[in-house]
Amino acid sequence: MVNILIISHSLKIAEGTKELAEEMKQDEVDIQIAGGINNGELGTDADLIEQKLKNMDYKDGIVVLADLGSAVMSFNMVKEWLPEEKQKLIKLANAPLVEGAVLGAVEASLGKSLKEVMAAIEKKSIINKNNL
Amino acid sequence: MANKTKKLFLKTADVIIENKEYLTELDAAIGDGDHGINLARGFKKLKEKLKKQSFESRNEIFKLTAMTLISNVGGASGPLYGTAFLNISKVISDNQLDLDDLVEIAEEAIAGIQKRGKAEAGEKTMLDTIIPAAESLKQSRDNKLDLDTALSDCLESAAEGMKNTIEMQATKGRASYLGKRSIGHQDPGATSAYLMLKTFIKGYSK
Repeated sequence: MVNILIISHSLKIAEGTKELAEEMKQDEVDIQIAGGINNGELGTDADLIEQKLKNMDYKDGIVVLADLGSAVMSFNMVKEWLPEEKQKLIKLANAPLVEGAVLGAVEASLGKSLKEVMAAIEKKSIINKNNL
Repeated sequence: MANKTKKLFLKTADVIIENKEYLTELDAAIGDGDHGINLARGFKKLKEKLKKQSFESRNEIFKLTAMTLISNVGGASGPLYGTAFLNISKVISDNQLDLDDLVEIAEEAIAGIQKRGKAEAGEKTMLDTIIPAAESLKQSRDNKLDLDTALSDCLESAAEGMKNTIEMQATKGRASYLGKRSIGHQDPGATSAYLMLKTFIKGYSK
């Protein structure tokens, strides 16, 4: 199963996004968060991202959803510290955080591959709001 | 050498901590208002760590600084300055630094920041201080100027670069969300870069 890591400047956003995504999953997908710094302040904790990426099961891949600037920058940096083989299995999605996490949880829990999950959540239509 | 470098970083930490409010005010105008708070948090931690340890060589100090900023700043300036210092740690020696060395150090710092931030000159970032400073060092080297003149020219170019960010529109980072409204404010990253550079240069010229 593909697993999901949510990185946000805000612990509340990360927790809320995880909660929404958990609700939709059809099977066991590990959804982890790295939100905020110092238990609640706004910011990005590179050590926490590193710890999550080290501990999560990545054999089928990890999809990463990040919000802004330093979340993306810190993730990219931490990823470079991992072994190359592992780097290939960790993908940052070009997707909005909430929509990406929810759809990602559905797709991953249906047993889709890393490539399939990424393709699903990177579709431009993911941001449509007027034709639901 | 390592001892002097340690003192230089302790001084830099003090300067950043002293300017916490100023940097945060600059950031509040065009960003999320945490640049000073973030950097001060990182440098406060660095001070604690530096004081506890003794060092054999300069590169250990640069590496410790890099990792401490990466782990404790919490904003983009952590990975940006962190990667710059990490890159420098790979090239810096314990010899008396000449202009060739300083140019190499500046280039490594810029490469590190660009690797993380993907910014070019003119985007209203810390690079708008650091790139002109590096260019000045290169010119001084090519013109075979003495080190003290080169360093004072470098600082002047850095200050000018920092001030030039006032008229720039931000196209990277949180300030880019403000579009044209980012014009008219000095960039906080360019300012913190200047404060660090100034402390290094003043300390090194002594």
